[in-house]
Amino acid sequence: MIESEFVPPEIDWLALAPLIVVLGAGVVGVLIEAFVPAKARRATQIVLTLAALAGGFAFVAVLWPQIVAQPVQVLGGSLTLTPFALGAQGIIAVLAFLGVLVVADRTATGQDAFAPTASAVPGTSYEDLARRSGLEQTEIYPLLLFAAGGMMLFASTDDLIVMFIALEVLSLPLYVLCATARRRRLLSQEAAAKYFLLGAFASALFIFGVALIYGFAGTVRLLEIAQRLQQGLPLEGMSVLLVAGVLLVVVGLLFKVGAVPFHAWTPDVYTGAPTPITGFMAACTKVAAVAALVQVLYRVSIGVQAVDPEIMRQLQMVIVVVAVLTMAVGTVVGSVQTDVKRLLAYSSIAHAGFLLVGVAGFNAQVQSSTLFYLIAYGIATIGAFGVVTLVRERRVTPGAGEHNGPVGDDGVVLGEATEIAQWAGLGRKAPWLTAAFALFLLSMAGIPLTAGFIAKFGAFTGATTGGLWWLAVLGVLASVVAVAFYLRLLVVMVFQRAQDDPAEPQVKLAEATPGAAPGEAEVSTSGAVSTGATTGAGATATLTTVQVTTAQRIEVTVVRSRGPAAVAIAVCALATVILGVFPSPVLALVEQASKFVP
Amino acid sequence: MDITNYVVLAAVLFAIGATTVLLRRNAIVVFMGVELMLNATNLAFVTFARMHGDLTGQVLAFFVMVVAAAEVVVGLAIIVTIFRTRRSASVDDVNLLRG
Repeated sequence: MIESEFVPPEIDWLALAPLIVVLGAGVVGVLIEAFVPAKARRATQIVLTLAALAGGFAFVAVLWPQIVAQPVQVLGGSLTLTPFALGAQGIIAVLAFLGVLVVADRTATGQDAFAPTASAVPGTSYEDLARRSGLEQTEIYPLLLFAAGGMMLFASTDDLIVMFIALEVLSLPLYVLCATARRRRLLSQEAAAKYFLLGAFASALFIFGVALIYGFAGTVRLLEIAQRLQQGLPLEGMSVLLVAGVLLVVVGLLFKVGAVPFHAWTPDVYTGAPTPITGFMAACTKVAAVAALVQVLYRVSIGVQAVDPEIMRQLQMVIVVVAVLTMAVGTVVGSVQTDVKRLLAYSSIAHAGFLLVGVAGFNAQVQSSTLFYLIAYGIATIGAFGVVTLVRERRVTPGAGEHNGPVGDDGVVLGEATEIAQWAGLGRKAPWLTAAFALFLLSMAGIPLTAGFIAKFGAFTGATTGGLWWLAVLGVLASVVAVAFYLRLLVVMVFQRAQDDPAEPQVKLAEATPGAAPGEAEVSTSGAVSTGATTGAGATATLTTVQVTTAQRIEVTVVRSRGPAAVAIAVCALATVILGVFPSPVLALVEQASKFVP
Repeated sequence: MDITNYVVLAAVLFAIGATTVLLRRNAIVVFMGVELMLNATNLAFVTFARMHGDLTGQVLAFFVMVVAAAEVVVGLAIIVTIFRTRRSASVDDVNLLRG
C-alpha cells in the first residue's frame, strides 16, 4: 500500500496580497449587505471599498522593488507577477479608486446614479414606492470590488484557464452594473443585454481557443507553451490547431479591448450604463484587457517564432490591420456623434487603436509606453465621465420663479444632459468644470503638455522601433482627425451661447404633453433639448412618475458634487497636467516594468 | 475509433453554437447558442486530455462548467428583467441604442 501524504503547496502569500485584499473585501461587502443595518450600509460599503483599493495599491507598492528585482510565479504560474503585470495591477487599483469616488457621489440632488431597486419594472408603482422610500442598492460596491479584483488577476496571470475565469469574474459584475441606472432604465437594461450576449459570445470564442491551444501544446500555461514550442512541435502537422487557437484567444481579448471589428458593443454599452460605471469600466477594463493582450501576444510569440516565423509575421499583420481599422472607425464615426457619452465611447475605441499601434511593434522594450498610455487614458476617461455625471437637465416652469426650490415639479433635476448641443455655454455656467473637461479632451487628443501627448509619442515610437513606421504615420494622421472631434466639443462648450441663455432671442419649449399640437413643439430651435427626455421609450417610462403636464422648459444645469466626484475630477486633472509636464518619474517607473518573462 | 473524430465533432458543435448566436433572434436562444459553444469546448478539452494522457483537460472542463453556470445566473436575470419590461425577448426589439 502506498503511503500517501498531504503535501501543502508553497504559496507566496505576499505576492497574492493585492488580489486577496480586493477580492476579500468584496466578500466582506456581501456580508455587510446581510448584517449591517440599512442606514449605515452605504457609508460602510464606501469606506470598505475605498480602503480595499487603497490597500491593494499599498501592497503593490510594497511588492514593487522585490518584483522588479526578481519576478515570481505563484501556484505554478497561475499568478505570474512580472513588473509589467504588477504595474498593471497598481494602475487598475488607482483607477478603480478614482472610479469609485465618482460612483459614491450623490451630488447636491441627494441621489446616486443607480436605481432604487434594479429589479423593479420601470414605470410601475413598485418602482415608485421604492424610490419614495429612498431605497438604495449598495450592492454596487461589492460588485465593483469583484470586477476590480478580476481585472487585476486578468492582467497578471500566465495560465489561460485562470485568465478565462478572471475574464468572467470581471465581466459578470459589469453586466449587472450596466443594468442599474436610475434614469433611462430601458436603455440601461438594453445595454446590459447587449454587453452580456456579445461578452458571453466573446468568452466562448476565447475558451475554445484555449482548448485548441491545449490540444496542440498539452498545457495552458503560456510560458510552458513557449518552452515546448521551442523544443520542437508537440504535434507534427497540426500547427493549424495552434494558429486557430491563438487567433480565437486574441479575438476574445480584442473584444474586451474594444477593437474594430469587435467594437459593436462599446458605444451602446457606454451610453446605456450609469455614467460613473461607464467611467470605471472604460478605464479599468481597458487597462486589464490591454495588459493581458500584450502578455499573451509576447509570450506566445516566443514559441511561435521558434515554430514558424511566417505564422509570427501573419499574427503581427492581424494586429496591424485591427489597429488601423480601429483607429479609422473610432475617429471617423466618432466625429459625427451628437451625444457626449457616445463620443467618449468612440474616443475610447480610437484609443484602443492607438494602443494597438504600440503593441503591434512587438518590441518588448517599448511596452512600458503602453502602461504609460493606459495611465494617461485612464485618468482622462474617469475624469471626463465624472464631469458628465454633473451636467444635468432641470425642469423649469416659465414664470414660476426658477430658483424657488421644489414647487411641484419645478426645479427638479433630471438625468444627465448628454446631447452635445446641450453643453453649449457650459463654460460660463461652470468654468472650473469646463476647464477640467477641456483638459481631459486635450489629453485624449494628445496635445503637448498633457499626459496624452507623452503617451501617444511612446505608442508611436513603439511602432517605429518595431519597423512599422508607416503604421506610426497612420496613427499620427488618425490623431489629427481625432483632434478635430475633440475640438468640436470644446468649441461648443466654450464659445457657443447656451440655448437657455436669457439673452438668446429664441426660447425653446420642450413639449412633453402627449396631445400637444406638433406646431407648438416645433418652437424648439433644435430637437436637442427635448431629445434628453425622448431618447426612447426608456426615458419616457422613467419619467412617467413626474409626467410633464404643461409647457415646461428643460434647462441644463450643473449640480454640485458632494465632494468625492469633485476630488476625483481634480485629481485626474492634476495628474493629467503633471504627467504631461513632468513625466520623467512615472516614465522611469514604467521603464522598470518592461519585463514580461520571469 | 480515431480520437480526432471527437475533435471534429467539438468543432462542428462549436460552429453550430456560433451560428445560433449570430442568426437567431430570441435572446434565450442566442444564449443557448453560447452554452452550446461552451459545451463544445468541454468536449474538446476532454478529448485532448485523453489524447495527451493527462488530467489537466478534464479538470479544465469542470472550470468551464462552473463559469457557464455563473453566466446563466447573470444572463437569465438580465434577459428576464428586459422581458418583464417589454414583454419580448427578441434581440430585434432591443434597439433604442444605435448610431
